[in-house]
Amino acid sequence: MITASPTAPARERAMPGWLRRVATPKTLIIVVVAGLIGYLALVPLYYLIWGTFFDANGFTMGGFARAYGDPRVGGMIGNSLWFAIGAAVLSLAVGTALAYLNVRTDVPFKGLFFAASIIPLIIPGILYTIAWIFLASPDIGLLNKVIEPIFGPGFFDVFTVWGMVWVEGLHLSPIVFLLMVAAFRSMDPSLEESALMSGASRWQVFRRVTMPLTRPAIVAAVLIMVVRSLESFEVPALLGLQNGIYVFTSRIYFVLRTYPPDLAAAGALAVGLLVLAVIGVAISNLVGRSSKNYQTVTGKGFRPRPMELGKWRPVMGGAIVVYFFLTVVGPLLVLLYTSLLKFYQAPSTEAFASMSLDNYSELFHISAATTALKNSLLLGVGSATLVMALMAVGAWMVVRSRIPGRQLVDYFSFTPLVVPGLVLGLALSFVYLRSPVPIYGTIFILLIAYCTRYMPYGMRYAVTSMHQISSELEESAQVSGASWWQTFRRVLLPLLSPGLLAGWIYILVVSFRELSSSILLYSPGNEVLSILIFEQYENGQFTVLAALGVVMVLTLAVLVVIAYKLGAKVGLRQD
Amino acid sequence: MLRINNLVKTFDGERRRRHSHAATPEEARVFAVNDVSFNVENGQLFTLLGPSGCGKTTTLRSIAGLERPDSGTIEVGGRVLFSTNEGKKPVNVPANERGLGMVFQSYAIWPHMSVFDNVAFPLQVKRRGDRVSRKEISERVMRVLETMELANFADRQATKLSGGQQQRLALARALVIEPPLLLLDEPLSNLDAKLRESLRYELKRVQRELGITSVYVTHDQVEALALSNSIAVMRNGNIVQLGRPREIYENPNCRFVAEFIGTSNFLSGNVVSKDDDRYTVNTVDGQLVLDSAATLPIGTDVIVSVRPEAVEVSTTSRAGEVPNEWKGTVLTRAYLGDSLDHVVGLGKHELRTRGNPSTSIEPGTTVYLRMDPAKLVLVPVD
Repeated sequence: MITASPTAPARERAMPGWLRRVATPKTLIIVVVAGLIGYLALVPLYYLIWGTFFDANGFTMGGFARAYGDPRVGGMIGNSLWFAIGAAVLSLAVGTALAYLNVRTDVPFKGLFFAASIIPLIIPGILYTIAWIFLASPDIGLLNKVIEPIFGPGFFDVFTVWGMVWVEGLHLSPIVFLLMVAAFRSMDPSLEESALMSGASRWQVFRRVTMPLTRPAIVAAVLIMVVRSLESFEVPALLGLQNGIYVFTSRIYFVLRTYPPDLAAAGALAVGLLVLAVIGVAISNLVGRSSKNYQTVTGKGFRPRPMELGKWRPVMGGAIVVYFFLTVVGPLLVLLYTSLLKFYQAPSTEAFASMSLDNYSELFHISAATTALKNSLLLGVGSATLVMALMAVGAWMVVRSRIPGRQLVDYFSFTPLVVPGLVLGLALSFVYLRSPVPIYGTIFILLIAYCTRYMPYGMRYAVTSMHQISSELEESAQVSGASWWQTFRRVLLPLLSPGLLAGWIYILVVSFRELSSSILLYSPGNEVLSILIFEQYENGQFTVLAALGVVMVLTLAVLVVIAYKLGAKVGLRQD
Repeated sequence: MLRINNLVKTFDGERRRRHSHAATPEEARVFAVNDVSFNVENGQLFTLLGPSGCGKTTTLRSIAGLERPDSGTIEVGGRVLFSTNEGKKPVNVPANERGLGMVFQSYAIWPHMSVFDNVAFPLQVKRRGDRVSRKEISERVMRVLETMELANFADRQATKLSGGQQQRLALARALVIEPPLLLLDEPLSNLDAKLRESLRYELKRVQRELGITSVYVTHDQVEALALSNSIAVMRNGNIVQLGRPREIYENPNCRFVAEFIGTSNFLSGNVVSKDDDRYTVNTVDGQLVLDSAATLPIGTDVIVSVRPEAVEVSTTSRAGEVPNEWKGTVLTRAYLGDSLDHVVGLGKHELRTRGNPSTSIEPGTTVYLRMDPAKLVLVPVD
């Protein structure tokens, strides 16, 4: 037996031993990354609370009194819940039905599901909402023009809470679809088959086995959709403000846009919204945890024969085509159509005769458009790179290291997930209005906002790929004599790179559609694409806006295709 | 009891066509089950045995109604469940109206129900006319739980049961409606070796006591031999041999069956003479005499299957007294606890033997191998 005795450390350098042990590149990198993650997650929230409850004279509830003392606040909260729950229920009903049809039946046109499922990625909410205004506005909506001879003018009115529910619900439905496809696929099909063998009818199987088993997924999906609708800014701002229908987000925006802006009151509303979002996420986490009890032994995964719809097959096929037209073709076509017109008008022979590409060539002459495109690209690439670089180290800490407090890094990196975009924007303006560093009013404040918002996604991608790498690969590098940094750079990073790249592209894609944080932080001259579209809508430049929207959709579609080729988990994979 | 005639099932041709661009549908057809026929008598346990992908599970799922065959007939107790007989109206009774019991490989225990509710479910979903009273449901559920020794767990959440208990619960649920036919799809494959063995006997006891006709699917030959009244060995969608366990083991009708069931040595040879049932076969390593009911002309190429336990190893020769004595050298030996294997070199080939662990011979020793003519099996070349 040989006992290895620790060799005495050479004392050639003047540094004390403990400092040399601590001040390694490893500790330095870890401290910096952990510090940045904590800073991004916590500082805005701290300033939000501080800015809401404190003014020059100390603690005050004045902001709350002004925000919630308004007699219209009851209607605002009612609208918020009506809108959020309505959109969640609509998206859930549509998304779950589509998922069930896709996974369990022989419904036709399964290829269309894929196209529909990536829609939220390639059509940003702001464009989707504007497209629906073009379709169903009581004055200019194309659908209204089509049915005017039968139902009279203004039959559809998108500028109502029901209109808001419709647009938001449809836009969210592909997300529910993806969640529920995962839920149905992960369910052992023999659970349903055994019920069938017990003599239960299809309906009994669905009601007594399928539904109860997917209930956790359904509850989670509802809550996530409620939270997302509560946070939605585009739909309530564009559809609700016109008729004075306020929800939390549009109210905050309104309070900040009136002069003088009442920051404390906006903060009080933001805190209220944040609390609602936190409650929703907390409940969905609880549900998710209790659903673990439902896991059973799984068999050999025999893909069951899809249920034959028989005479219902054409009916369901028709329903899917209608859905596809409503969510994908309609909005895209109306954007394309508008982008070719001189001024917005219903389709007619003259309208088609007047079509030209003028709006597109005009885009090149609007300096704001090129600036916005440049800004969007810069911010997307910048935030994606920064986030993925930080999260590669962050994920290592969470998954591999034994550093005390590593769980905090995990929690902090997911904190921004529950902070609505508008609330984050407000919180950041609280921080940097007071900051001596001149960041407010530059593009850097947007970069900070984007990094914060997309930190959770980056973390999720990095952690997932870190879990796929055996720790033995890392250990064998160490045994071969590599330092921590060498191991990280030469072994871990190359192995992580597919996952990191997928996350990078995902963040690039979603940063393009960001509006709700940017709207409170941008300054004139620093517009990004989504802001520019918002401004042009407010100025009534529908045709140029539509051309810009088409360019944006095409850019995003290319990025999504690249991401898909690289194996990022976007949309639905048909197998 | 169960009659299956000319069952054919191909993998979804349409999907295959789309991907492989095959010129004609006929070329694209891949048979999962190709013309399978068999009968199961009342009260028997019939096993479909074969490697994965041989069509055994597809056959079982076709009987269950979870898979729709392309053609053939399936009859249980005189009731036609599936038929595509020409001239007659095609019949395909849906799975939920077949009234059969089935145990799935994953057990398919519903995790959101208690043990009692899992078993009561088949009774609760019966059609209005056939539905039994709540009291009778409770009685019947408790009776079957009693048989399966699960009565004490009736109120427990189903997922809180151990693997073996979940297995018995799945069986209880399949039996509660007293089905005419019980289908078992590799029910023991998710259990560890010890538990598998004890449940195997448990399953056999229940099946024999209730006298319930069963079709059992497995890839485990030991399970098949231990449980079955008869076995059908399947390969590539066909039944290659059908018989009682002893027949299958002792008289495999082809090399595939001999290889799949147990271990065996295969010696290629040629029939040189034949006297009634006694054949003489020349192999590279020497001559063998053996008994076989097969009718093969002189000069036929054959394979002789020699089970390791059919070879006696000895350091002394009895040449002249007994037939089939070969000389060889022990290469290695392996002690397996309840038996001892020797690998003996015969010049060109090696022969694996298995015997009582009390006979252990040093490698390098010259030994004599004696093979009983009655235990050697003549297998035609495929």
